[in-house]
Amino acid sequence: MSNAENVLSPEYKEALKTLLFQLADDDFLLSFRGSEWLGLAPHIEEDVASSSISQDTMGHAAMYYKLLEDLGEGNADALAHARPAEERKNSVLAERVNGEGYYLETPEYDWAYAVVRNFFYAQAKKVKIDSLRTSSYQPLAETAVKVSMELYYHLMHWKLWFTQLLSSTDEAKRRMNNAIELVMKDFGDIFSYGNAKDAIEKEGLIAKEEELKANWTERMKPVFESLGMEVPAIPAASEKNGRNGEHTEDLTEALTTLSEVYRLDPAAAW
Amino acid sequence: MTNLALAATEEEKMERFMEKIEKGIKIEADDWMPEEYRTTLIKLISMHGMSEIMGALPEKEWVPKAPSLHRKLGIMAKVQDEMGHGQLLLRVAEDLLKPYGKTRGDLMQDLFTGKLKFHNVFHAETRTWGDAGLIGWLVDGAAIITQTDMLNASYGPYARALHRICAEEVFHAQHGEAIIMALAEGTDEQRAMIQDALNRWWNSLLVFFGPAAKETLGTSKQDVTIKYKIRTKTNEQLRQDFFTKYVPRILSLGLELPDKTMHYNEEKEVWVYQEPDWSELKAVARNEGARSQARLNLRRTSYQTNAWVRDALAATIS
Ligand SMILES: [Fe+2]
Ligand SMILES: [Fe+2]
Repeated sequence: MSNAENVLSPEYKEALKTLLFQLADDDFLLSFRGSEWLGLAPHIEEDVASSSISQDTMGHAAMYYKLLEDLGEGNADALAHARPAEERKNSVLAERVNGEGYYLETPEYDWAYAVVRNFFYAQAKKVKIDSLRTSSYQPLAETAVKVSMELYYHLMHWKLWFTQLLSSTDEAKRRMNNAIELVMKDFGDIFSYGNAKDAIEKEGLIAKEEELKANWTERMKPVFESLGMEVPAIPAASEKNGRNGEHTEDLTEALTTLSEVYRLDPAAAW
Repeated sequence: MTNLALAATEEEKMERFMEKIEKGIKIEADDWMPEEYRTTLIKLISMHGMSEIMGALPEKEWVPKAPSLHRKLGIMAKVQDEMGHGQLLLRVAEDLLKPYGKTRGDLMQDLFTGKLKFHNVFHAETRTWGDAGLIGWLVDGAAIITQTDMLNASYGPYARALHRICAEEVFHAQHGEAIIMALAEGTDEQRAMIQDALNRWWNSLLVFFGPAAKETLGTSKQDVTIKYKIRTKTNEQLRQDFFTKYVPRILSLGLELPDKTMHYNEEKEVWVYQEPDWSELKAVARNEGARSQARLNLRRTSYQTNAWVRDALAATIS
């Protein structure tokens, strides 16, 4: 498959763009949620570490938006800031609030939810990135290699938190198990390509949904076994499929905040 | 007899200590030091450390809202650095606190009760993206001036921490200046945004350096810190340095100085300016600044909300 934009078939290009939006929006929203945590992590060392992860993740989103820009989809900043909720292709899990309260007031964020969401997400991302390294679209394969290096540390980081908290106090275990339940409720669209499933799967851009799900479960097994637990089953589908632009109010609220300054004057240089 | 002998050794210790200070030999954490030196350092460094941590909060308000991918990345990195500075400094403070059996947790409690203060500039509210730029540019700019003055501080661990911090602060000031430049070269609304930010922050920036003389507020730590060679310049000298560095830059961006009376007296070689309103400093000392309680509350709530995590970690370690 050649990479010159002008020789991509329209079907291929459509499938590619849809996949890129899914990848970009996922990282963009999750990084936004991470940035709301700034200054509020359980201790200062963790604040520094998780902030670094959020930056990496924002960097990954920026790379995907840039690939879309190169494909003629428009300016990367506009793609990140100006698209309405119904055009967003991120998973519902990525848009969920961190817990009670608005970040500018006095939020009571849930660290257990942060750990579980980030760990399960990072593992899902790892499975995808491993597959994307052999993507038929060369620029995407190259991006995957770059992402992969940083992702390794993210995964280690969240895995350590996950196992530590699940092998500690009863309260920690209770909170973590609640968080696992919450996160798994939203896990139905993580590996979904939405309505573009057939188109994406046939172009050799990335592995099939079912293959990624199986890989995720396989990778999670040793972690759960070491804790005497079973890997939760990935739901076949969620109530809303973010890949098809179905979202919660949380996304609307997130977009309002993250584009507040941008929308003052989208044409201006900031 | 024994009491006299002890007293003599204390005196000798003090003499040797001051000799080291005079010769520029660094004092290390485990070295003998007079009580006054230790308490001065604890006050200075824990306030500096806590100010880095509390100082992350006003900018953090703008991190999720930063107007482009590039700015989002830049301001995230900057705020992360500030937390890192806080971490570095609190460790230095913790070592000094050891003889008193106090820890970081105690410092947090002191912050919550108002016993431990944080810098006046971080009590102010932020209203627009212009504030996010201005903080990086001028608040960090002011901090660079006071901190570079202490790069050769007699206390080794603090001096070394400051070297690392100042290196990063230079990037912060550049990050802030880049935001300000973009706004200055932008639309009328964008330019108005930074003029408004400058007007609102001016008083706090001047107050940041502290009163020129003890008489202004009745207290000043500047004499003790100079005696022990922790710093070299007076509050007023530092404020003058700030003017010398930034007044020309403010004007070259086409901004107006909020103080219309300000001018440089060539003969005396000083900036003549309108005395800031010092009541601001008294208000923030009581945590009665515009956002003092809100930010303390944010920090306190997150500390309480996360208590179970600290408990869980302590349980796995032991
Ligand atoms: Fe700093
Ligand atoms: Fe800074």
